[in-house]
Amino acid sequence: MPVRQPDSVSEVAAGLREAGYLPGESTALVSFLATKLGKPVLVEGPAGVGKTELAKALGRYLERSLVRLQCYEGLDEAKALYEWNYRKQLLRIQTESDGTSWQDVQEDIFGEEFLLPRPLMTAIASNDPVVLLIDEIDKTDQEFEAMLLELLSDFQISIPELGRIDAKTQPVVLLTSNNTRELTEALKRRCLYLWLDYPELEHELEIVHLHAPELDDTVARKLVEIVHQVRELDLKKPPSIAESIDWARALLLLGAEDIDQDTFRDTMSVIVKHRTDLDTVAARVGVKLDPATAHAASARRPGSPSADAA
Amino acid sequence: VSRPVPPSAAIYGGIPDQGPGGFDAQLLAFAEDLRQEGVAVGTSEILDSFEALNHVAWTDQSDFKEALAATLAKSPEDRRVFELVFDRFFFRAAEAEAARREINESATSPSDAEINLDTLRQQIAAALRDGSEAALRDLARLAIAAFGRGEGSGVLGVDVQRIRRALGLRTEPQPDLPDYDPRQKGIPRDQLRRFEQHLRRELERDLIERTASLPPKRPLNELDRALPSGPIQDLAQVHKVVAQLKRRLATQGHELKGRKRHAHVDVRRTMRASLETGGVPITLKYRPRRPRRPEIFVLCDVSTSVTSASTFFLSVLHALHDAFRKLRSFVFIERISEVTEVFEHERDFRAASETISRDAGVADVSGYTDYGRVWEEFLALIEDELHPRATVIVLGDARTNGRPPRDDVFAAITAKAGRTFWLNPEPRLYWNYGDSVIAAYEKHCTAFECWRTDQLEEFVKALTRPVAS
Repeated sequence: MPVRQPDSVSEVAAGLREAGYLPGESTALVSFLATKLGKPVLVEGPAGVGKTELAKALGRYLERSLVRLQCYEGLDEAKALYEWNYRKQLLRIQTESDGTSWQDVQEDIFGEEFLLPRPLMTAIASNDPVVLLIDEIDKTDQEFEAMLLELLSDFQISIPELGRIDAKTQPVVLLTSNNTRELTEALKRRCLYLWLDYPELEHELEIVHLHAPELDDTVARKLVEIVHQVRELDLKKPPSIAESIDWARALLLLGAEDIDQDTFRDTMSVIVKHRTDLDTVAARVGVKLDPATAHAASARRPGSPSADAA
Repeated sequence: VSRPVPPSAAIYGGIPDQGPGGFDAQLLAFAEDLRQEGVAVGTSEILDSFEALNHVAWTDQSDFKEALAATLAKSPEDRRVFELVFDRFFFRAAEAEAARREINESATSPSDAEINLDTLRQQIAAALRDGSEAALRDLARLAIAAFGRGEGSGVLGVDVQRIRRALGLRTEPQPDLPDYDPRQKGIPRDQLRRFEQHLRRELERDLIERTASLPPKRPLNELDRALPSGPIQDLAQVHKVVAQLKRRLATQGHELKGRKRHAHVDVRRTMRASLETGGVPITLKYRPRRPRRPEIFVLCDVSTSVTSASTFFLSVLHALHDAFRKLRSFVFIERISEVTEVFEHERDFRAASETISRDAGVADVSGYTDYGRVWEEFLALIEDELHPRATVIVLGDARTNGRPPRDDVFAAITAKAGRTFWLNPEPRLYWNYGDSVIAAYEKHCTAFECWRTDQLEEFVKALTRPVAS
């Protein structure tokens, strides 16, 4: 088999690192188990902690291509699994309408030739094993979840007109969820579970370093500390890792050498994205950055959302 | 609960003297422990965990634990319980094994005479501040050696508190202490809690060693079990549920304008169906008619009897306003007052609730809810606007304070509106006790118990369920 088969947890951890993803302890372990046990992994956690990124990195590391199914409310079989190519079927019927019996035509038009594979089918019918990412499964309805069960436990799809299609190769499956809805027990039972949370300070610092290596050490540390402080606040949307990285890049572009109060006010909108949140952050974190001018700043009411960053 | 019988051939056959049944029996017992604490662990999950342990080095504690967690605990709540049960179970298992083999740790601990109490106090406070777990454990042992031996009350909780007091560890600042002492500014509550856990654990270990038997295991208490949460997180939670409500409604198609809107032909399904008739579209397939988006009237009780719930209710209101344009909201105690404008103009929840408590003017004389008057005023106010496509939602506890419930007026409202829902912040158990008259209203509407966000979710499902019309 051309694809990579890891033999130990540390191997996976190193591999993911090489692929540009810094895994936490459990992340590497669960990824390893996923390749060993052939079970799908359900990844939950707040938005922007790198759930989708993990799938991409796994794909790079395992040298498998990534098949992605983005879920949304109202997603159905025809868009996720397969669909009959009815246009082609009609053409087939019409071009040979004379002289062929209905029996022949019927057998003919429900063949694989007339099947349009959608992501899930692509994933299991692929000749090379893939990484299948089912993104934001919590956005679909329960009916769709039920439909997934057959695929996730046995890696097969039943098509009424055609019979069962078995997987040619076994994909590594990742399902992500932002936890906006409780998933069904049946689905959870078939998966390994991985909870990704906001990383520890040191870990996040490493991540920022990896993605914005030119950023000064002390600035990076200060940046991560501020982001951690901001997450403690009561916000509508706390900043994610992706936003820390964006902020680091913004600071690089601006050539900032330190995060002082002015820089913070100007670039704050990179990490905070609601008007009320901006006010809260400006009042609670912004003024702390520069104790000397703290008083003056609170009088000036900082934090106008028009600050254009990068 | 019947315990599953472990297979006779142990998976890890090479480990003798691991207690009865070997390692796999221990794991089954652990799973049983999890079940007792309310984690749903199925047989397939146990099999998965065995399978997973085949692939990781289970001599490494963190790998071992993560492998078990990934296969057994499948939600953040379960994960938290898992951590606690894991600690408890393997601590007890290890101690039991140590007792069985008569390995004794207390022989190596220093004697009382060597401990300088003042230094110990400061060391503990410093270790708490620096957050070093290993040091804390050692210091907890020292503290027990210094204060605990011999005079234990036999109740662990009492001993823990006695030792904590003797160490002078408090959350409030102690200004009379010298500057270099970390205790001077007070010790954060979570740090103190952690030290208490160490103390308890070490005391327990001591007890097991002395008595050479395992004390009965302590069920997890609710405080430990619950995920850390506060009203703030609840607000975010409510917004999340309502956002979901909005999404559900959005995907259910657009509002029907008038009765005669045409149904749309579903081309894909029609063509698909035409295959049965040789490609001639004989049967037309229509897109399903979607239920209309409801026009909503919300009435929210803000009296003192629902104080604890009214923050929750107001946040529901707030979130609903974020999601629906055709929404009118009212708050009431003795009279009713429309607050639609407040919510439309004020995006910040806290400011909105302040404005309401200041300006709504719904309390009259007594400050007790008067449902009869509220229904009459509501009916007078919007009688003309109620129509069969409107949904009325009442948030209140239906406690009339002895006043007439006037369910006849309420019935008139529900008759005019299409659907009426009642969200009661009290557990169903308390309904109709005392001055609660929810039964009188329940005849005319659908009542829900609603004081948690998961219950709100149930309600969302009911609200967006298509109505047969």
